[in-house]
Amino acid sequence: MSIIERIPADEDVTTKGRRAFRIVGTPSQWIVWGCVALFFVFLAGVIVSVLVNSFGTSWFDAWLPEGYTTRWYAEAWDEFDLGQVIFVTLEVALAVIVLSVLLGVPASYVLARKNFPGKKALYAVFLLPVLMPPITYGIPLATALYQAGLAGTLAGVIAANLVPAVPFVIMTMTPFIEQINPSVESAARMSGASTLNVFTRVLAPLLIPGILASCVLVLVRTVGMFELTFLTSGPTSNTLVVKLYYAMNAAGIRAQQSVDAMAVVYMAVMLVILVIALRFVNPTQLVARVRDESLE
Amino acid sequence: MPDTLERPSTVPGGQGAASAEFLTSAPAAPRSSLRHRLADRGVEPSLLLVAPALVFVLVLFIYPFLYGVGLSFQPASGGIGLESYRDFFTDPYEFGTIWKTMRLALPAALFNVIASIPIAYKLRGRFKGKRLLATMLVVPISLGTVLVAEGLLNFAGRAGWINRFLLAIGVIDTPIALVNNYWGVLFSLIITGFPFAFLLISSYLSGIDPSLERAAALMGAGWGKRFTKIILPLLAPGLATTFMLTFVLAFSVFPSATLVGDPAGATRVISLAAYQAYAEQFNYSKASAIAIVMGVVELAVLAVVMLWRSTLYRGSTGGKG
Repeated sequence: MSIIERIPADEDVTTKGRRAFRIVGTPSQWIVWGCVALFFVFLAGVIVSVLVNSFGTSWFDAWLPEGYTTRWYAEAWDEFDLGQVIFVTLEVALAVIVLSVLLGVPASYVLARKNFPGKKALYAVFLLPVLMPPITYGIPLATALYQAGLAGTLAGVIAANLVPAVPFVIMTMTPFIEQINPSVESAARMSGASTLNVFTRVLAPLLIPGILASCVLVLVRTVGMFELTFLTSGPTSNTLVVKLYYAMNAAGIRAQQSVDAMAVVYMAVMLVILVIALRFVNPTQLVARVRDESLE
Repeated sequence: MPDTLERPSTVPGGQGAASAEFLTSAPAAPRSSLRHRLADRGVEPSLLLVAPALVFVLVLFIYPFLYGVGLSFQPASGGIGLESYRDFFTDPYEFGTIWKTMRLALPAALFNVIASIPIAYKLRGRFKGKRLLATMLVVPISLGTVLVAEGLLNFAGRAGWINRFLLAIGVIDTPIALVNNYWGVLFSLIITGFPFAFLLISSYLSGIDPSLERAAALMGAGWGKRFTKIILPLLAPGLATTFMLTFVLAFSVFPSATLVGDPAGATRVISLAAYQAYAEQFNYSKASAIAIVMGVVELAVLAVVMLWRSTLYRGSTGGKG
């Protein structure tokens, strides 16, 4: 492993030198970085204003609140039952990730590698749920789940969230598998490996970066998925984001700061998820890592 | 003999399949010939890997969807007919929601994709602090439209920091309305949609073998030429996919339209109309009809993009080495 890491480090020296030279010159670089900076100013404003308000005692026509307190958090935690809501949110996300990978990866392997009659139609069927607005199928789906007795249950929420997640895994994984050299598998097959062996010992190690990437995207989408959860959840199966929406929509009933405190809790949960996820996967390096290993 | 021929036929390609057929046609036993002919066309047991996902989509997507289509032709007044659709298309308050949605979704998706290309391209090489920057750009995805709406209400509201800043430097005399209107929703769509487009595009970019670009540079192509002749053609299918995904996100805008927009006026988007029919009027037929119209309008836009995508190069981008 240490050898693998030393090879790109070698490349770093040359690219760094070139980059440092470039920063001085091109105006396009300045425009790009200017746009990024502006975006971050907006982003910081959005986040910090929520953060400041959630700690403020009262905040009217001024740059900052009059005083600071943490009582809004205690209030929000009890009032919105946040412990239970967070648990439900993570439960839903985990179930959706595991199930969508189990269903999606084998399907995307077939779509990437095999040619068969009706392949295009099949791909279109898989794409439809990603391409449809969640409300379009969410409303009929909620009605159907209600008939099946799953309305408002955890199983119903998981099922509804799987509908866009499985096609999303297929959409991410199919191009990823397409760009893995098929002769690796052919070689394994010619040496007598069974389909199962090819999958577990040849493909799986190559697929892991792609699978992690789609897991991250599914995780983030599921925890942030508002519409489908909103349409199918009940009082015991609300996820954090739906609960937040209800609190915001009923503004005036509770203090704005208490709603902001819940927003900060939601933000914190998401950031923890994101930091953990990005430790394991860096989307812009995925393929480069595969390349390094094949060079070995 | 037939056994050894069966394996090469898994390699896609018409020529190999044709020659296999030619070779097997004479000596093959009649019993196994159907299996071989199917295998030549690519129908083989490994296709069953696709079955679980297919069953899942049929049960949880196709069936409810068809059920909704059926429901939309059974108006609340009873019988079977087109009344739910007629209600929608004859009422300007309902019909106008299509235009209001397009006015938000198209500019937002276009902006997100186009702005992501140069930034993802510039951030493609290795440099110090890249991971931190990428992480920070990814943060807003995690926020979601609901949280961004909450932040925008505070940050861009009449007493928010933007208006205070603009007043302080003397650009404006009275606070300007940035939220509870069209702009509030557009801002929220950009803040959540841009990083999403960025993440997807930079992952597509990293799938392009850098040595292709290095080879072009070696032959004397400038960065502009390298970008338009090598990167862009290889990236184009990814761009089409990214546009579709961000467009879908923007088109189905729902929470920000109610929270940070003007839900009774300029941002009464079509998903809001469908939701109101469903949860407030309890008119499931009308709700389904609006939902179907919404899907058809959106798919029409996506069909154009997909048609374009199908004309592009697809396959290896050389990234696997």
